[in-house]
Amino acid sequence: MAEEPKNGDAVGSGVGGREADEEQVVNPWEVTAKDGGKIDYDKLIEKFGCQRLEEPLVRRVERLTGRPAHVFLRRGVFFAHRYLQDAFKVPLVIQLTDDEKCMWKNLTVEESKRLARENAKDIIACGFDITRTFIFSDFNYVGSAFYENMVKVAKCVTFNKVVGIFGFTNEDHIGKISFPPVQAVPSFPSSFPHLFSGKDNLRCLIPCAIDQDPYFRMTRDVAPRIGYQKPALIESSFFPALQGETGKMSASDPNSAIYVTDSSKDIKNKVNRYAFSGGQDSIENHRKYGANLEVDIPVKYLGFFLEDDVELDHIRKEYGAGRMLTGEVKKRLIEVLSELVERHQRARAAVTDEMVDAFMAVRPLPHMFS
Amino acid sequence: MGYTKDQLLARLKELQIDFVCYDHPAVLTVEAQAKYVGHLGGALSKNLLLKDKKHRYYVVSALANTNIDLKVLSQRLGLGKGGLRMAAEEALQEILQVPLGCVTPLALINDSARDVSLLLDQGFKSQQSCYFHPLTNEVTLSISASSLDKFLISIGRQPSYVDLEANPAVGKDNPPDLASLAPSGVPTLPDKVENAVTCIPTGNDGLTVKKPTKLAAISASSLDKFLISIGRQPSYVDLEANPAVGKDNPPDLASLAPSGVPTLPDKVENAVTCIPTGNDGLTVKKPTKLAGEAKSPAALQKEKLQKVQSSIDPLAEATNIEKLVKEIMDKTSTAFLNEVAEITKNLNDPQIVPSVSDVVKRRVSSDLEHMMMSLKNAAYTQGFQAGFQATLRSSLQSLSMQK
Repeated sequence: MAEEPKNGDAVGSGVGGREADEEQVVNPWEVTAKDGGKIDYDKLIEKFGCQRLEEPLVRRVERLTGRPAHVFLRRGVFFAHRYLQDAFKVPLVIQLTDDEKCMWKNLTVEESKRLARENAKDIIACGFDITRTFIFSDFNYVGSAFYENMVKVAKCVTFNKVVGIFGFTNEDHIGKISFPPVQAVPSFPSSFPHLFSGKDNLRCLIPCAIDQDPYFRMTRDVAPRIGYQKPALIESSFFPALQGETGKMSASDPNSAIYVTDSSKDIKNKVNRYAFSGGQDSIENHRKYGANLEVDIPVKYLGFFLEDDVELDHIRKEYGAGRMLTGEVKKRLIEVLSELVERHQRARAAVTDEMVDAFMAVRPLPHMFS
Repeated sequence: MGYTKDQLLARLKELQIDFVCYDHPAVLTVEAQAKYVGHLGGALSKNLLLKDKKHRYYVVSALANTNIDLKVLSQRLGLGKGGLRMAAEEALQEILQVPLGCVTPLALINDSARDVSLLLDQGFKSQQSCYFHPLTNEVTLSISASSLDKFLISIGRQPSYVDLEANPAVGKDNPPDLASLAPSGVPTLPDKVENAVTCIPTGNDGLTVKKPTKLAAISASSLDKFLISIGRQPSYVDLEANPAVGKDNPPDLASLAPSGVPTLPDKVENAVTCIPTGNDGLTVKKPTKLAGEAKSPAALQKEKLQKVQSSIDPLAEATNIEKLVKEIMDKTSTAFLNEVAEITKNLNDPQIVPSVSDVVKRRVSSDLEHMMMSLKNAAYTQGFQAGFQATLRSSLQSLSMQK
């Protein structure tokens, strides 16, 4: 998911400051498109050196797992951790970077830890399998084998390098500068001796948003030098804000996104009033020209959340041809989102502190590969 | 149904056994076989299916030029002179499930051959590769002796290599040296398996009986492990005891008599010295109610049976959310379909019915999976807590006892 972007105009603040204003900025702490336009993924892909998720790869995943690919993979849009866990029957390790939030968002340690636990509850509510999932927060877990790997990684990255990758400056505090190894070492099985002891050759797949790529490019560079396998990555594009691709999804603007804490009334309101429509300005024009699917947010959101391929195709076709109106599409989106959020809230209510403790307990997972 | 050549080869591949196959026209004799593969450097084998007077069967597999004297073999097996004959052709089909001219140790993969004894020529061990038929006369399989062993062990056999040409004296002071290789008939459950080999070669006659094939040497706890794996509770009893049985003393082993209905282990009560071996995976632990929803009795019963039958990991099976959801959906869907079918029998479009069911399945499955995962996580958490508390208590107790 896209990180909350800071004020994009700040050039001298050190974060992303080395990028010229004309270019788009994508790094773990800032995401801004060029000139208030859309994020150019082709440029990103070229710059980061990754590849699009093409058909052949999706087919291959289907062949290896023996089941249809998740909607997100199929639509070349996104990925789904849970799908990957279920389909490949592999353990999932989730890192909550509470230390990072403490440093970058200037929260107290207690507050960061508390928020991390709240995050954990939302994550658990998505339906992860406790017998195959280990969640940890940096403040709780960093130490022993994990820390040893952090030092190994740190030794391989010069100050110059880290400045080049992340754009740190002399004014940044040393906490920030020494943070990257923390996010790098979960790629290595030896960081989790209680899970993978003796299995040093395990390969790691990291699903993340594309703005996290710099951490893992660094990791992939360091890994062979310390005798470890490189992690593989599967990156997602950004989730558009409700007001459209050019808008910024931000925690300070509640109308830029649907929250999992929204009531169905909130959702209806937000979608109807703020979701950017690609429909024409009058019904006559709309019937004549059809909707612009490239910029239409409701249809894009349906692309993420509507599981039924057939229905989605139908909507795209009809709406694009002008036979379906924006109101109908929005209505369907409201239904889908309300259902999703309601289900999430119900599941969230069933997640207790004890359950979070159990997910976060340093315990073996004997059935993680079955 | 007997195994086919392809099934056999697939099994070998699964076991990562190296082998080579040579195709040729069907051959019934070693001489004919030699014409096609004799020049390739491997060792041809001659294979006999033999039968004794008690209708027990033996496969003797030897190098083509090993001399086999049936009379000698018969004595060494403890069958007296003339106790061994070539088996009838029908036996090939019935027991080994191979055609004429195709006797091969590999036929032991068939269950019908489970009581057949196997004698292997020790000469195979010094050969780089040995030739056997892989259940068909039209192919010769080239395989090393150690690979053959690997295969035999995988089907639960102990390979026994014997010097087939030896001719030791058999008499009062010299028991038949291969007697242990004769099939024992019904497998017995000894109460304590100590020394299963009833006769051990005395050493200086060049015999190399590696391991007895029928009464394997095995520890009692290993035997228990095996029995549990096939769904049995091992019951150890004092076979020599002779307690009074009467009005005040009911038969103490009555519970060990088969009851007809298959017993689920959690119902096995107290035989005199019955040892429950803690196979917790077979007890029903799962809560029987979803929050606000009851599972149908049919689903529960199926769950129980599933747990008893699976030998892999009962807990993993029972907590396989996808599987459970699929079962519930299938049941619901079938019931639903039947109902609707009844109603729409008179309507024109029979097509609606299956697709409605699909839609329902799709819609409900996802929610159901979610709910069940919630349940699973909650159950795990409760168990985890309980376990933690239990450990804490016992640690504190032992700590305070130390003081």
